[in-house]
Amino acid sequence: MSFINYSSREINCKIVYYGPGLCGKTTNLHYIYKKTNPDSKGKMISLATETERTLFFDFLPLALGEIRGFKTRFHLYTVPGQVFYDASRKLILKGVDGLVFVADSQVERMEANVESVENLRINLAEQGYNLDAVPYVVQYNKRDLPNAVPVAEMKRALNPRGVPDFEAIASEGNGVFDTLKAIAKQVIMELKKGQEGG
Amino acid sequence: MIGSDLVMYDEEFKLIDAELQRLLSQSNAKVVFLVDKNGQLIAATGETENLDTTSLASLTAGNIAATGGMAKLLGEKEFSILFHEGQRDNIHISIIGQRVILVVIFDQRSSLGLVRLRVKKSAEILGTIFNQLLQKVETGKGPSKGADSPFAEITDEDIDKLFG
Ligand SMILES: Nc1nc2c(ncn2[C@@H]2O[C@H](COP(=O)(O)OP(=O)(O)O)[C@@H](O)[C@H]2O)c(=O)[nH]1
Ligand SMILES: [Mg+2]
Repeated sequence: MSFINYSSREINCKIVYYGPGLCGKTTNLHYIYKKTNPDSKGKMISLATETERTLFFDFLPLALGEIRGFKTRFHLYTVPGQVFYDASRKLILKGVDGLVFVADSQVERMEANVESVENLRINLAEQGYNLDAVPYVVQYNKRDLPNAVPVAEMKRALNPRGVPDFEAIASEGNGVFDTLKAIAKQVIMELKKGQEGG
Repeated sequence: MIGSDLVMYDEEFKLIDAELQRLLSQSNAKVVFLVDKNGQLIAATGETENLDTTSLASLTAGNIAATGGMAKLLGEKEFSILFHEGQRDNIHISIIGQRVILVVIFDQRSSLGLVRLRVKKSAEILGTIFNQLLQKVETGKGPSKGADSPFAEITDEDIDKLFG
């Protein structure tokens, strides 16, 4: 649910990074934070445990410049991945405009990936959203690891709808901005559609 | 497409801003701001220069969402008022008309009683303004509809340019 302010000429959109615990969601945001120039980013907020596991969410506000005279801001959020934080995940999905699913390419995490997509689908449906109809991209992260599952196999298991998908090594930044750009594009195009339709 | 977008027009923005300023002065507060439930800052007034209002907005919404989750577990509809007391500053948070959150930050120059009283009055006024805004959006009276929408013409290049 974007926020369009005709008075201050601003558009605000909310993007959520979803995925199983330790797949690299927070790492994506850290990299974006590190590579964005100081005037276009706010503080990155991490509500984390002492061992740096995400407890509630990470938050990174990004100001990306103007579209048609409107300042465009993206608010990036991550969710905590661990199964028992489901209540928190649901809260963060409220009002989401676009979703990035970060998958962990390691073979032993495939089951966790599949479960997490299912969990995403259910939590979205609870709020009346359909995963097959929202702006959505998939990232296959940790491609550097020797036990990475072939991409074709990951696509089959995690991206049957064939949304834009990207290989990534988030810890080195590979694929991070491609992913962000792709979801930003979909969200803005959706905004355009919404305006036309209404 | 997801839910209904929050839209703000100049007329309502000015009314909201004026009401926040009135609340600020009548309650002797330091800062007053409005956030939507998804964490987006709508308007702020007062001593905001050294305050990270964007982060505060996001955390306020997270806070309301979390206590809303707790309320549900207890069989309550929601906790409509939250109060955090600090050594120097205090935060009073209240929900207005289901959708927006009003935050007042104050110190010893004010008091919880005064803030509560003034917030109650302002909540009614702000509620009315937001209803007017929603009506405008629903009936399509605002500038967002039709061919003059600034977004109708967005191209792929516009989006690419965002990322420099
Ligand atoms: N080898 C490798 N490790 C990664 C990659 N991305 C993230 N990590 C590591 O995976 C761990 C969990 O990452 P984190 O971002 O905290 O996961 P989150 O739970 O999804 O937020 C950290 O130790 C990261 O450094 C990657 O592409 N390759
Ligand atoms: Mg994390």
